[in-house]
Amino acid sequence: MSDVSLTVNGRRVSGSAEDRTLLVHFLREQLGLTGTHVGCDTSQCGACVVHVDGRAVKSCTMLAVQASGSTIVTIEGLANGADLHPVQAAFKEHHGLQCGFCTPGMIMTATDMIARHPEGLDETTVRAELDGNICRCTGYHNIVKAILAASQAMAKGAKGRARQAA
Amino acid sequence: MYSVNYHRAASISDAAKLLKSGDAKLLSGGMTLIPAMKTRLAAPSDLVDVSRLKELQGIKVSGKTVTIGAATTHYDVSADEKLKKACPALAHMASLIGDPAVRYKGTIGGSIANNDPAADYPAALLALGATIVTNKREIAADKFFKGLFETALKEGEIITAVTFTAPAKAAYQKFRNPASRYAIVGVFVTKGKDGVRVAVTGAGDDGVFRSKEIEAALAKNFDASALDGLKVSAKGLMSDIHASADYRANLIAVMAKRAVAAANA
Repeated sequence: MSDVSLTVNGRRVSGSAEDRTLLVHFLREQLGLTGTHVGCDTSQCGACVVHVDGRAVKSCTMLAVQASGSTIVTIEGLANGADLHPVQAAFKEHHGLQCGFCTPGMIMTATDMIARHPEGLDETTVRAELDGNICRCTGYHNIVKAILAASQAMAKGAKGRARQAA
Repeated sequence: MYSVNYHRAASISDAAKLLKSGDAKLLSGGMTLIPAMKTRLAAPSDLVDVSRLKELQGIKVSGKTVTIGAATTHYDVSADEKLKKACPALAHMASLIGDPAVRYKGTIGGSIANNDPAADYPAALLALGATIVTNKREIAADKFFKGLFETALKEGEIITAVTFTAPAKAAYQKFRNPASRYAIVGVFVTKGKDGVRVAVTGAGDDGVFRSKEIEAALAKNFDASALDGLKVSAKGLMSDIHASADYRANLIAVMAKRAVAAANA
């Protein structure tokens, strides 16, 4: 057993876990954050993607104790109260989900992707970067549309904020 | 996963000490080791995490000499601006590994220590004539990769960095398995002061290897056309559900041509 201390969605949490406990199980079972899903459990599908120290990683392929000391953002940490994050809003607007199982991972991957491409995204890049996220409903078309729309909305938002600041 | 004891190493020498306990294994990005532990293909008693050691991080480029810390992630290799100038082929190769989430965690040291017969880095380091630096010695890539999942590393030896001289020309082309993202065939081609080196991954029964016949053809004329009509032998190549040995042999020639064309572009 080891002590695991994390900052999850802005809140400092700690607990005790077996060293073999995967981060995704720690989040779901010990912290009750069940928005992060376990899909394939073999690091293929991306349903378990969370941000660890600002990078979108698969929480089914990382031990909770490995993450100790890190800052984690899960799907539950994106919205600002009742206001959806722009990527969540775009998934809703563009019907970027069918059964919704892959959605948390898709959205966490998408927010990371958008942050890494401040110059903007095109369809080819979005599809290539979704390599590690699988949608069994095969709803990729609207997922890609939603990510492109969110990327544009966030770029406009950033410009707006920059103007306000100036 | 079987029960395991996790240790976070404070330094390389601390890691070396911790490695002596039970059947301990080094943990870096964990992109291969953790899945292997989950399926119980690997069952170490202890894990020694070296991924946070500052001394194993980062990329240095000084003139033509490139040094990459063992715990540098694939993402950091793919995105490093200095490396993209000095050896764009290696940055490009790193961008083809796994998927974005895997590239954020997986490391160069972990990849070469594992020496998967379909991994990308072994081909790159062999073609670059790189040197693998450990906490005990320096090993030439030609002597480092020993076969399927086998390397020259001794018990308790820890890779600390990889270093090479950036070649004048280089490129990597990979025919990727769309499910696993490993190479069905990957060919890394370099042309530097020691001539042409061509390394092939994903295809050999014994893991990564240099193709002397392609090297000889390209040494005369470093152009894709130099490989026209070249028949690569299927002897010693893998056959599995993804591709037969004959198909892989053909792919080696095709990927080599594409790599030379990309290196000359």
